[in-house]
Order: sequence, then C-alpha cells, then structure tokens
Amino acid sequence: MIEVSHLSKHYGDFVAVNDLSFRLVPGDILGFLGPNGAGKSTTMKMLTGFLRPTSGDISIWGSDVWTDTLAAQSHIGYLPEGAPAYEEMTPLGFLNFIAEARGLSGPDRDDAVSKASATMSLESVLNQKIETLSKGFKRRVGMAQAILHDPDVLILDEPTDGLDPNQKHEVREMIKGLSKEKIVIVSTHILEEVTAVCNRVMVLAGGAIVSDGAPEDLLTLSRHHGAVTLELIEITEELTSAFQSLDGVDEVEREDNRLTLMPVSDVTDLFSRVMSFIREKDVTVTAAFVEQGRLDDVFRTLTEGDAQ
Amino acid sequence: MNIGVVLKRELSGYFATPVAYVFIFIFLVLAGVFTFYVGNFYERQQADLVPFFSFHPWLYLFLIPAISMRLWSEERKSGTLELLMTLPLSRWDIVLGKFLAAWLFAGIALVLTFPIWLTVNFLGHPDNGVILASYIGSWLMAGGFLAIGSCMSALTRSQVVAFVLCGFVTLMFVMAGFPLVLDIVRGWLPLSLVDVIASLSFLTHFNAISRGVLSLQDFLYFISMILAWLFATSIVLDLKKGG
Repeated sequence: MIEVSHLSKHYGDFVAVNDLSFRLVPGDILGFLGPNGAGKSTTMKMLTGFLRPTSGDISIWGSDVWTDTLAAQSHIGYLPEGAPAYEEMTPLGFLNFIAEARGLSGPDRDDAVSKASATMSLESVLNQKIETLSKGFKRRVGMAQAILHDPDVLILDEPTDGLDPNQKHEVREMIKGLSKEKIVIVSTHILEEVTAVCNRVMVLAGGAIVSDGAPEDLLTLSRHHGAVTLELIEITEELTSAFQSLDGVDEVEREDNRLTLMPVSDVTDLFSRVMSFIREKDVTVTAAFVEQGRLDDVFRTLTEGDAQ
Repeated sequence: MNIGVVLKRELSGYFATPVAYVFIFIFLVLAGVFTFYVGNFYERQQADLVPFFSFHPWLYLFLIPAISMRLWSEERKSGTLELLMTLPLSRWDIVLGKFLAAWLFAGIALVLTFPIWLTVNFLGHPDNGVILASYIGSWLMAGGFLAIGSCMSALTRSQVVAFVLCGFVTLMFVMAGFPLVLDIVRGWLPLSLVDVIASLSFLTHFNAISRGVLSLQDFLYFISMILAWLFATSIVLDLKKGG
C-alpha cells in the first residue's frame, strides 16, 4: 500500500509538485499523465527516495520513505527516466550487481537474474556490453533490473518512450501480466498507453492533480463523449444544416468526409435518432459510430489552463 | 556486505574500459621519468628510493583528480546515480564502496612500480623498511587526494570542473605548510590558526613517513583527512537530494 499526503516540492520560488495526496492499494495500475514539466518525474523521484520532498509524507507498505528509507526502497522496483545503466557492463554483470545490492546471493541471485532476463527476452545479449545495445534492449535491461527482486511496487518513468510499436506493445503486455498483488505506477505522455494498461489515471498539470479516476471516466470528460461520427461520400451544406437542426444535436463538426454530431448534454440515444434520420432521408453513409471520447481533447482541456 | 557489492562493481568498472590501463601506463612512465631523469637516481649513488617517492605528491596532483573526477559526476550525468541511490544501500555503503575501489585502484598502480624497488635492490642494499613505510605513506596520501576528489566530484555533473576543483584543493593541501599558502593567510588569521593550516600540509606528513618514520600521528592525519572528506561527500550528496 502507498500513502502520499500533502506532498510538495519547491525549487526556490518554482513549485514543481503542489500538495499531492493519494492512496494506492495492490492491484492498482496508476498512470501519471501530464505534459512535460507537470511534476510526474519529480513525484516519482520523491516516491523512490531519490529527492527529498519540501513537505509532506510518503509511506510505502508502512515504511516512511524518509525515516525508514532502505525498508521502503526494498519494496520498490524503479525504472528511472531514460533507463540509465552502467554502459561499460554487460546486462549479466549489471543484473548481478543489482541483485546483490538487493541482498540476493548465490543460487537466489542466479534464479532472479535468469527469470528477469527471460521475462524481458534478454538472453541473446546477456554478455554484450550495454553501450553496444539498441535502445529497445537498453530499455529492457532497465525493466529487468526493476522487476528483478519481484517488488511489491513498480515505478516506471516513461517505460515506452523511444520504443518502436512492437516494443511498446511488449512492455505494455508485460505490465498487464504482472501479479494483481502489485502496485504499478507508470508515467507517460502517450495517451493510448493509459487506456491500454492502467486502471486508474491521474492527470497532473503544474504540479497538481487535475483529474483522478478510471480511464473510462476520463473519457466522459471529453466533449466528444457520446458524439456520433458519420462517414459520408458527399457532404453538402444542406445536409450539414439538416443534421444541425436535428433534435438532440448540439453542434456539428466537419472534418474531411466526416461529420461529428455532438449531443445536447442530457441526450443518451443520439445514435438511434441519427440512424432513423438517415433512413428517413436516404443518406448514403459508409460508416457510423459512437465516440467514446477523445483523450487528447481531455488532456488539452485539463492541462492547458494550469501549465504555463 | 553491501560496501563490497559497490566496491566490486566500481573496481571492475575501471578495468572494463581503457581508462584503467591508460592511467596505469602513464603513471608508471611518469614515475620512471621523474625518478631517473629529474631525480637523478643514478647520479646520487645512493641505494634508496627518495627520488622516486619525493615526486609522488606532484604526480598525484594531476593523476588523482583524473581518477576521482568520474566518481560522482559521471553517475550524475548518465543518470545511474538515481539508480544507485534508490537501491536499498545506505549512503555510507555507496560513499565508502566507491572510495575504496578508487583507493584500491591507486594501490594497484602503486604496487606495479615494483621494478624500481627491484632495481634499487639489485644495485645496492637499501633499507627495505624505509621503502615499505614510504609505499604505505604514499598510498595513504593518495587516499587523502582521492577523498578530496570524491567530494569535488559530488559537487558537479561536469567531470572537467571536478578535475579542476580537485586539482586546486589538493594543491592547497600539498602546499599548506609553504609560503604560497601561508603568506595569504598570515596577514589576517591569528598565529595559532596559521599553525593549524601549516600542520594540515600533505607534504609535511608525507615527508615524515617517507623518511621511514610511520608515526601514529601521521597515520591518523591521513585517515582522519580521508574520513572528513568522505563525510563531506555524503553531506554534499544529501544537499543535492534536497535541491
């Protein structure tokens, strides 16, 4: 369990993190979402005991990060931003070092290292210097050292940044495949990542929480939530204004050969209304769907005002 | 022990890159040059290693910062410091482990000068007790240099700045007993403090040891020097955490 209360970090006059409080329980996969400079990395650095908070408390599985640092740190597996590693070492040497620093030795160490490298598919490069590895492999080495001791808490700072789509997919699958007994915190500015792996999303802007909830809830904040989008072969002015005057439609947006019809706030059956209108007027439609909501909309609305 | 874990990784790090070999090679070449050409090893017609050891403080002045500059600066720059400090290792495990690795490395370089010892034994009958004491004294002094370097490296993410800072501060300590430093402070410090500064000189303590007198006082001087600067390193790391 993680409890954060009134966590703040100031650099002189600059407020990097402003009064964060939250609580995480096993099974939570939390996504930290926010623009660059929103305080995601700073928060993670404080959670892992690397930076000292200006004020506030963090407790990890009952151990205070500042007064009982080593106990708290032994619960955490951490991938810092950019997956730093000792480049002159081989992944095998590096993972052995991390295992020993985590108090594993002999066969326990070897088991942990081989298990972590198997999970991250590192077997083929174990004896190659890290500096010669591709970005994807380096990231996997970083992930392997984070999961090595089977930690209760996994903190990953932009784990998929700079990876190709296949590698991104692998990392996401790995996170989703983790035991339900763990707490995972992932920071990202990639929106799809949040819906793909997280069951809780916290949007940060200007160092403060601007939204906290399930990814689905986040989508309902989008002005496109519940909107109906139609793909048409031909769009005429006439048609657009006909849709505009349809009962339940608040606004019509046009984008290439698509029309998006926003519902009036309390209307929930817009799709069936639109479909019967189409049948009635005999309009040729190539595709029609209900929008879940657009994350980039939400992201912008939530973060633009606050992040100067 | 966790100090051992850090030490092992750090020391193997030296030998994983050409840095270690280049350093040892340059150290041995320069030690030889100083001894035979500048120190007039043969011309003196004496079976001792005074010309060899008397140049060590000057050799260390620019070679030790070359070892110590990377201790923390490199880790801070590459981001591995964040990794290291979030592992369940205590601050002292890390500070001492890294320092001991660097000190052992300097020791290895020092031990590799043994051909000079063989030479002097081949040519005459030196007092090997004095030579052993000088070796120990030289290694202790290297430790003092390295501890200062560790603190300077913790201050900055730039290895060049760490090198220059370390070179300057160690020069001050080497010269502490000499007019270069004493003239600066004499004008405005009470005499007792001037004496304290003079007594902090690396050279004075090293010269005592290299004459073959390994007194407890000189030994304690270098050990407390090392501990004080390592403590300062730990404080600097802590301050950087808060900032």
